[in-house]
Amino acid sequence: MPDSQKSRARRKSLDVRAWNGTTRPYDLLKELAIGVLVVGVIIVGFAAVAGSPDEPTITLQNWAQANPNDFVATATAELAGTSDTASYGPPYSSTAGATQTLGPIDLQTMSGVQLRIDAAKDFVITPLTTLDSAPDAVSTWRAATSEQQTAWATSYSDALGKASNGDPSTVVSGNYGPVPQLTQGLLTVAKGGALDGAIQSEGGLYNTNPTPTILFLSDGTYFSSLATAQHLTGDQWGMMNETGSYPGQSWLWLFSFWYQVPLIGNLPNADLVVVFIMVFLTLVLALVPFIPGLRSIPRWIPVHRLIWRDYYRKR
Amino acid sequence: MTDSQLPQPTLEPEPEDVDHSWSGRLRRWVLKVLPPEKLLPTSQPSYVATWIYMFGMGAIASLVFVIGSGAVLSLNGPMWWHLSPLGHFFNSLHLWSVEFFFFFMVIHLWAKFWMAAWRGNRALTWITGVVSFAVSIVAGFTGYLLQTNFDSQWIAYQAKDALNASGIGAWFNVANFGQMFMWHILLLPIAVLVIVALHVLLVRGHGVVPPLDAAESDSQLRETTPTEATSREA
Repeated sequence: MPDSQKSRARRKSLDVRAWNGTTRPYDLLKELAIGVLVVGVIIVGFAAVAGSPDEPTITLQNWAQANPNDFVATATAELAGTSDTASYGPPYSSTAGATQTLGPIDLQTMSGVQLRIDAAKDFVITPLTTLDSAPDAVSTWRAATSEQQTAWATSYSDALGKASNGDPSTVVSGNYGPVPQLTQGLLTVAKGGALDGAIQSEGGLYNTNPTPTILFLSDGTYFSSLATAQHLTGDQWGMMNETGSYPGQSWLWLFSFWYQVPLIGNLPNADLVVVFIMVFLTLVLALVPFIPGLRSIPRWIPVHRLIWRDYYRKR
Repeated sequence: MTDSQLPQPTLEPEPEDVDHSWSGRLRRWVLKVLPPEKLLPTSQPSYVATWIYMFGMGAIASLVFVIGSGAVLSLNGPMWWHLSPLGHFFNSLHLWSVEFFFFFMVIHLWAKFWMAAWRGNRALTWITGVVSFAVSIVAGFTGYLLQTNFDSQWIAYQAKDALNASGIGAWFNVANFGQMFMWHILLLPIAVLVIVALHVLLVRGHGVVPPLDAAESDSQLRETTPTEATSREA
């Protein structure tokens, strides 16, 4: 056996077998107790001095009061079926061609419409019915065909887009059917605070699922403008940040990083691509011991010489 | 009856004396792979004497505070911390214990990478460490979804796209507070604790990996080798 092979075999056996060399006293429980004590002092200190952030939730009432034009435009988009939620695809709707795919892989479609949301009905018509607001407009809407409903809402949405600041009061007259009354009725109940309860109560008394409210809020621009001010949007390294000046989920930096790379972040299927990249990298990290080259990096870049410097000094 | 006909004493039990029950087999296996002196050691190899070894213990110490502060928050419900200064303090404890848990864990992970700590049949120890890191990220993420404030609203909105695109969102709805609540306070803590416990037991079972390129000629091995060799020969 060549000397190099003998040497390698000896090293291997030394790695595997119980240590036969010198030892030092060690008390596992004592080290744990000291660790808990020291770390506890640090954590209590940070909690007492820095505290934790708590920006209040944003309600539909906050939105309607702060930016009524955005609220009306969003409600109109829900009726027209053009909002993000209404046209999202699985798991909320069955909109064709809305899913993110990678070649033949379409996991979004495979998962199915498990959390069905009818944006026009769930966000606008049902709450108006529950709150008995604009009942005549609701009746007219319900009596119309879906094509007519879409035509009315689309025309009104276009008109709002051309109005000064999107102000409904400056919209030119047109054939909008009951849509202006529906959206104004929704705005009125939202400003009074009743819409939050009406949408939430669609899930019953013990509803713990605010998904419809969060999706409705996110269809407008008001919600994202608040997030931008708190440096939370995707192009600001997204959800790894926390409101205020707190560290947040810094361990998600690599996930957020890929969205900052224009070649990836601008892709229509960026979310799916980033998920695949992260799954791949996580598997690589877990399997480093078996990957030639990668597992040899610690030998090539001798950081271990620093870590075990006392051992090497005494060789 | 001659001496040769007498039953000879044996150190090893006869096969029929061995307890073949499931419990007996498990007990023998546990004592073989993890004897008490390995589980609760009172000495360590002399090379285990650098500050870098503190970070693994630091992560476990932080986890104690993560679980403890989370348990207190659980006692009073998810809205308590908005209404009570004491609740807010415990929320702050929970936040900072999580921050330090990840801080210690990441340094521990990098240190173990540069030490090539998977050597000597320790690959599973490395893998469980990476898995515990990944599961902890999911646990921390669900915690951020439960803040019941603006941040949790925004994270739920923003995170849904990656999960929906990969087909997970249909079954793991980040905007569903009730579902995330159960994942965060029950399923994921169990997963983290089980994997971390397995990781620690593997570390104890295999022992701390020797320095890279450690050789029999090293002084810390040579000093005790004659005695050890003599006792082994005996």
